[in-house]
Amino acid sequence: MTNLFSRSRWIILTALVFVVITLFTAEFQEDQTTAVLASALRQSTPLVLGALCGVLCERSGVVNIGIEGQMLLSAFVGFMVASSTGSLVAGILAGMVTGAMMGAGLAGLSVTLHGDQIIAGTVLNIAAVGISSYFFQQGLTLPSGKTPQVSLGPLADLPVVGRVFFINRPLTYCSLILIWVVWFVLFRTRWGLWTRSVGEVPSAAETVGISVTRVRYTNLIAGGCLAGLGGAYLSLEAVGSFERMMTNGRGFVALAVMIFGRWNPIGIWGAALLFGYASAVQTQLQFRGWLADDPQFIGMIPYVVCIVVLAGFVGRARPPAAIGQPYSRE
Amino acid sequence: MRWLRPVAVPLVAVALALGIGAIILAVSGANPIEAYGALIDGSLSSQKTIGRTLEKATPLIMGGLAVAFAFRAGLFNIGGQGQLVVGGIIAAAVGFGFEGLPWIVHTPLALGTGAVAGAAWGSIAGVLKATRGAHEVITTIMLNFVALNLTDWLASNPWKDEGILSRTPAVEESALIPLWGSFPTGFLVAVAASIGCWYLLERTTLGFEIRSVGLNGDAARYAGISVRQIVITTMAISGLLAGAGGAIETQGVIGRYEPGFNAGLGFNGITIALLARNHPIGVIPAALLIGAMEAGGSMMQFNADVAPEITDIIEALMLLFVATPIVVRWFFSRHDVDEVSVTAGWGSS
Repeated sequence: MTNLFSRSRWIILTALVFVVITLFTAEFQEDQTTAVLASALRQSTPLVLGALCGVLCERSGVVNIGIEGQMLLSAFVGFMVASSTGSLVAGILAGMVTGAMMGAGLAGLSVTLHGDQIIAGTVLNIAAVGISSYFFQQGLTLPSGKTPQVSLGPLADLPVVGRVFFINRPLTYCSLILIWVVWFVLFRTRWGLWTRSVGEVPSAAETVGISVTRVRYTNLIAGGCLAGLGGAYLSLEAVGSFERMMTNGRGFVALAVMIFGRWNPIGIWGAALLFGYASAVQTQLQFRGWLADDPQFIGMIPYVVCIVVLAGFVGRARPPAAIGQPYSRE
Repeated sequence: MRWLRPVAVPLVAVALALGIGAIILAVSGANPIEAYGALIDGSLSSQKTIGRTLEKATPLIMGGLAVAFAFRAGLFNIGGQGQLVVGGIIAAAVGFGFEGLPWIVHTPLALGTGAVAGAAWGSIAGVLKATRGAHEVITTIMLNFVALNLTDWLASNPWKDEGILSRTPAVEESALIPLWGSFPTGFLVAVAASIGCWYLLERTTLGFEIRSVGLNGDAARYAGISVRQIVITTMAISGLLAGAGGAIETQGVIGRYEPGFNAGLGFNGITIALLARNHPIGVIPAALLIGAMEAGGSMMQFNADVAPEITDIIEALMLLFVATPIVVRWFFSRHDVDEVSVTAGWGSS
């Protein structure tokens, strides 16, 4: 009971901070408020996708510190493909395939070869920086432009909510749907039960006939697709071009989001919105010329929020039990 | 073959990585022999280029030591970059802030303050881990971003030099770590730090406690070691090393703090620590290797028209082969190679 109380206390506190800052930044203007909220949703999209990748990996017992690299390389490959073929769909698919291949690579290193999972993830990160910088060519553009904005008919006309949720670009809608898909798969399907049991007690799962290797490979590859989608979001939907190191730590923030969301897709969405909100406030402050002489302090906001949140919450969060340990059938 | 045992995995890993790097170069239309020739030309061909390699290797030794030292306690410090820039700017501030001190006081004062600043920055992650259970992998990465913003602000506001550029004034002559011919003296400090780390880990009680916590936290706790204290102390020492690396960079190479200050460390510290198999002395040759690749990178771009980022790819390959010794096992009998395992996931504290 005390635990429940302290949890809700945190949530109420967070919500209060939300409301106060929103009113503050918006100065009670509806336009501004919706702009900030819409921006928060957009900024949260890559975090949601990265964290969903993380949750699929970790629920099956594999730490994935390489989400940053998966997103970076997918953003790069997705952009290169979209730029050369002229097709955004091809670019997005290429991004997902890249992420999936890196997920398979991580599985090969950590599941089959029993390598250290954190080092395997670091290999992905370094490789992504190296490959994307080495093969990067300046001056490429997207012939088709960024992904187009789609407004969902009458829903888009609703006050505030309509502009925040129902006028967006395709990958943002995708991520909103995927949150529920991953939640359903993890907690309402047999596969989800297998995944969670493999993440908690792999030996017991193996005893009842579940292949630990198969579950981990599948989840890492599926997670890679999601991280790849997150990367494609960055280059094809958010920015419309590729820049060196453009993920800028989002893959790591996604990990914090996953922990803060307690390894649960819906919790992850809440956490991602909080971080997205921190970034949106950051942009809003910059836009209004606040602290114009000291932009560095605004630049710190998302990272400081991340540290504070981790320090405040993670002590009580419990990861899947088998996490980080290679499994061998003995 | 017995003597080869400890160096077998790193050597084979380096060779394989260079081989695959050559294939990537060939596939992308460059001449690998020409490229590697230019790499050696730019790093080892003359006194001047060797000096440059040593100069590049110095912060890498410190960064590699920072990672290797923390690894020994089972901690993964990815925050070397942040600790390094904090150490660098504080050393710069002490370096230009005091005038008229004799160099025998000023140089070690600036170096020491920078190192302590790095230790303070590193211990933030240690305290968060020990008291709140926040995993150091994420906090150190986040602290990197905070440190970069913070130092950027310091260099463009209170400690800004005159002129347009956001950089600190040059440090006083008396705080500079001098070149000895073309030999950077700071390199000796880094070598001394390696030996110091080895002594601390292998010959002192604290080192024993650190290694115990790294091998088995529960057993260490049961034996009466305060794991929390060790976690904080280890992160502080790790940060101290990285901070000193930044101070040497300020006082020995650049002469001030400026934007883009040694942005090259990045993940290099991890690669170096693993190549050295977390041995403090082994960090020196590993850092020299990476330092040579960095020093030769620009020559490679100039002479062979190859983007220097190829060295990042080669580093990732090295790390890959070091971390998964199974590939290397084909070259040796199974018993000669032990598995690398440094981390136990999020749960441990």
